[in-house]
Amino acid sequence: MKSIEEGDFFEIAGRRFRSRLLVGTGKYKDFDETARAIEASGAEIVTVAVRRVNLSDPVQPMLTDFVDPKKYTYLPNTAGCYTADDAVRTLRLAREAGGWKLVKLEVLGDQKTLYPDVVETLKASEALIKDGFDVMVYTSDDPIIANALEEIGCCAIMPLAAPIGSGLGIQNPVNIRLIVEQSNVPVLVDAGVGTASDASIAMELGCDGVLMNTAIAAAKDPVAMARAMRLAVEAGRLAYMAGRMPRKLYADPSSPVGGLI
Amino acid sequence: MQSMQVTVNGESRVLTGALTLEDLLRDFGVDQRKVAVERNLEIVPKSTFGTVMIEDGDRLEVVHFIGGG
Repeated sequence: MKSIEEGDFFEIAGRRFRSRLLVGTGKYKDFDETARAIEASGAEIVTVAVRRVNLSDPVQPMLTDFVDPKKYTYLPNTAGCYTADDAVRTLRLAREAGGWKLVKLEVLGDQKTLYPDVVETLKASEALIKDGFDVMVYTSDDPIIANALEEIGCCAIMPLAAPIGSGLGIQNPVNIRLIVEQSNVPVLVDAGVGTASDASIAMELGCDGVLMNTAIAAAKDPVAMARAMRLAVEAGRLAYMAGRMPRKLYADPSSPVGGLI
Repeated sequence: MQSMQVTVNGESRVLTGALTLEDLLRDFGVDQRKVAVERNLEIVPKSTFGTVMIEDGDRLEVVHFIGGG
């Protein structure tokens, strides 16, 4: 039998990925730190934002000079979009800029919590899928909405662990587990992870992957935290595949009780 | 020379003479391979940058990828 590590991969929109850790490219000190943290994370997919070119200084350093789009799969996002129309416009521009159709959709509903607006998210998903996009969708941890998004044809469901950038960890493990159990497409926890154990818990719940940005970028040593996250995702995945022991209410001695002097 | 008023990335600009989108991007010093352009809410395919003429009242968005989560 092949070891779990060797044979383990996950598939999104027909493409196979070995790393189950997806990372954002925002909030780093500079592009050099971004590149080193991403390298240490082992991620194969990196999220990027789409923004206006600064026309008064168009030759300033660009992300693509430091994080090679040929080496990493760029996953354009719609961060900052509050309507389905804005999200669709943004991703059409992303497709033209990069030439790829795998995207991360997030439509926000509130500036304070950055909670997803699921009504607009459903609308945008439909429009994008009709337009030929492969949509990985950020959503609330509501199993009913998650199911609706899968029915529409999203290629990955990405419920939040906690609000974006909060670092609070998985607030509702039961809902994450329900979404994992019901889904026929990959489920990734996206947003809210704070430290390595949070990533492990997501994987132990059976998630196919974890997407994070701030937990790495806002660590005191982002490169070290990137490595920690890589190991945590692997550890959580292995633990899930290995199958944990049942929980018991009382003790069960590890040493034999027979043969005591 | 006839002058035109266009909006580029939210800023109003006055341009003179006949310009293609490619000319405009070159004037701004933008590397065309790394950007995408929306003109009056429609995507402009990269292959047509050299033939699309800028018209009075155009609203253009010139975007690229930056770091994000």
